[in-house]
Amino acid sequence: MTDTPAPRHLPNRLDNPLRSTILSWESLLIIVAVVIFIINSFASPYFLNAYSLSDLTFNFTEKALIALAMALLIIAGEIDLSVAAIIALASTLMGFALQFGADTPMLVAIGVGTGIVCGAFNGFLVTGLKLPSIVVTIGTMSLFRGISFIILGDQSYKGYPASFAWFGQGYVYWVISFELVLFLVMAVLYYVLLHRTNFGRRVYAIGNNDIAAQFSGVRVARTKFILFCLTGVMSGIAAVLLTARLGSTRPSIAEGFELEAITMVVLGGVSILGGAGSILGVVLAALIVGLVTFGLGLLNVPGIVMTIFTGSLLIVVIALPILFRQWRNRRPA
Amino acid sequence: MNRLLKHREIFLAMAILLVLVLVTARFPRFAAPGNLLTIFNDTSILMMLALGQMTVILTRSIDLSMAANLALTGMIVAMVNAAFPGVPIPLLIGGCVVVGGALGAFNGILVWKLNIPPIVVTLGTLTIYRGLIFVISGGAWVNADQMSPDFVALQRGVFLGLPVLSWFAIVVAMLFWLLMTRTPLGRSLYAIGVNPTASVYTGIDVGRTKFLAFTIAGAVSGLAGYLWISRYVIASTEVASGYELTIIAACVIGGVSIAGGIGTVAGALLGAIFLGVINNALPVINISPFWQMAISGAAILLAVVLNARGERRHGRVILRAGV
Repeated sequence: MTDTPAPRHLPNRLDNPLRSTILSWESLLIIVAVVIFIINSFASPYFLNAYSLSDLTFNFTEKALIALAMALLIIAGEIDLSVAAIIALASTLMGFALQFGADTPMLVAIGVGTGIVCGAFNGFLVTGLKLPSIVVTIGTMSLFRGISFIILGDQSYKGYPASFAWFGQGYVYWVISFELVLFLVMAVLYYVLLHRTNFGRRVYAIGNNDIAAQFSGVRVARTKFILFCLTGVMSGIAAVLLTARLGSTRPSIAEGFELEAITMVVLGGVSILGGAGSILGVVLAALIVGLVTFGLGLLNVPGIVMTIFTGSLLIVVIALPILFRQWRNRRPA
Repeated sequence: MNRLLKHREIFLAMAILLVLVLVTARFPRFAAPGNLLTIFNDTSILMMLALGQMTVILTRSIDLSMAANLALTGMIVAMVNAAFPGVPIPLLIGGCVVVGGALGAFNGILVWKLNIPPIVVTLGTLTIYRGLIFVISGGAWVNADQMSPDFVALQRGVFLGLPVLSWFAIVVAMLFWLLMTRTPLGRSLYAIGVNPTASVYTGIDVGRTKFLAFTIAGAVSGLAGYLWISRYVIASTEVASGYELTIIAACVIGGVSIAGGIGTVAGALLGAIFLGVINNALPVINISPFWQMAISGAAILLAVVLNARGERRHGRVILRAGV
C-alpha cells in the first residue's frame, strides 16, 4: 500500500455492449417519463399546472433521496433494507427529544445523527464482521423499527414547531419546495461523487469484482462502510423531511419505503448484482415513479392499486431489453 | 460440514430450551404440554412458509412475494367460499395450492427464462399481488360470518390429540424432508446453491430447478393462504403484511445460508419455532408485545453472527489481500 505504481492510462469508459445498453437505458427512461407525462396531461385536467406539478414532487423526493445513496450501495454489491426502519427510529427519537423541548436545529441534528449511527451500525456488521448485507439489514430493520415500537407503542408524537415543519412543507421560491431543491442539490452531489471522483471509480470497481479491487489497493471494507453511513445519513434526512411534512410520528411511519427506494434504483438501470448504473438513471426513475403515482392519484386510483403499476413497471422495464436481446440473438447475425 | 450443521441445530434447540426454562422458572404453566402444543400450533403456518422459503434460498434466490401470495390466494379462496359455500373444502385447499403454485411459477418463469435477479422479480410481484387483492376485493373485507362453518372449522378439528393445523405442518415438513434428502430435485437444489457452474457441468438445469423451487414456495404460500384466512377468519388487503421478512428471519435463525446451498428442514423448523416461542413468551413474562419486533431483530443478527463462522468457505482463497 505504501508505494503506489505509476498510474497507467486506463480508458474512462470501455466501449462495450454494456455501455450502449446503459446509454440507451437512460434514453428509454426519458421516453417513458415523457409518455407518462403526456398521458397524465390528457387523462386529468388538473395535472398540467404549476401547483399540481409542485405537489407531485412531494410524492417522491423523500424516497428518491434515499435512492441516491442506495444506488451507490447497490453498485458496490451491497443492499440496505433497513432504510425505512431508520426513518422510523430517527423520527421517533426526534419526537422523543421534542418532549424535552428540543428546538428545530436540535431536532434536525438528532434526525440526521440517528441516521449516521444506524448506517454505521449496518456498516460495521457488514464490513467488520463480514456478514451478508441482505440478512444484516433485515435484522436491523426489525431492530430499528422495533425500538420505535418500544418507545412509542401505540402512541404518537405531535406538536412539531412551525420552523421545523418548513423542512417538509416550505417553499424556497413560488412553487418550488425546499424538498425539491434539496433533492436536486443532492442529486448533483451524488452525480459528482459517483461519476467524477476516485471514490466513485472505487465503488464501481468493488461492485465488479471486490477481490480484484482489494488487490488493486482499494480499501473495500472502508469504502463499503462509508456507503452504509451515507445511506444512513440520507435516511436521516428523509426522516426530517417526512416528519416535518406529516407533523407527527408513529412507529409505522414510512413503512415500505425501502422497497420503493430499491424499485427506483433498479428501474434507474442500476444492476442489482452490482457494478453498473448511473445517478441520472436513478433520478429519472424517481421522476417516473412520482409521475405514475401522482397521475393515478389524480384519477382517484387508490394507493394500493398504484403498486400494481409500479411493480409491473419494474418488471416490464427490466424484462423488455432482455426479451429484445434474446430475440435478436435468436436470429442469425 | 455435516457435523457442523448438526451442531448448529442442536445449538438452536438448546437456545429454545433455554428460553423455555427461563420463562418456566417464573411461570411453571408455560411449559405445560398443552401450552407447548398451542405454541406449536401457532407456529405451524410460519414453519410451512419457512420450508418453502428455504427451498428458494438454497438455490441462491429469495422470494419476497410469499406473504403477498398468501394474502392473495387467501382472499380468492375466502371470496369463493363466501360466494359458493357449497364447494367442498378439500377442493378449495387443492385450488389454493394450484393458485399459489401458479403465482410462484410466474416468479420462477421470470427468473428462469428472462434471468432477472430473483430479488427484483419478487419485489415486483410482491407489490403486484398485494395490489391485485385490492382489485378483486374492491377493498372490502371477507368476515367470519361470510365464511361457511366447514371452512373455518376444518383446521380447528382435533385428530390424535393434535389440531388439524398442526397436522398440516407435520405432513408438509415430512414432504419437505423427503424432497430434500430423498429426491434428485433436492440434491439439485443444494448443488446449485453450493456451485451453480459445477451444477451445469453435472447436467443440472439450473434455471428449471430454480423455477421448480419458486413453484414449490408458491404452492406452500397458497396452502398457507387458506390456513391463515380460516385461522384468523378475516380476509383483507392487509393480511400478513410485512410477513415475508418474518419468513426469511425464521430461515436465517434456522441456519439457512442466504448465500445458498446450506440449510436443513430441521433448521428451518427450529428457526420458526424459536420465533414462535419468543412471541408466546413475551406476554407471559409481562413484556409489552411492542418489544417483539426488536427482539426478533436482535435474534436475527445474533443468528447471523453465530452462523457466519461455519459458512466461510476457505478453500478458494489462495492468497490473502494486504488490507
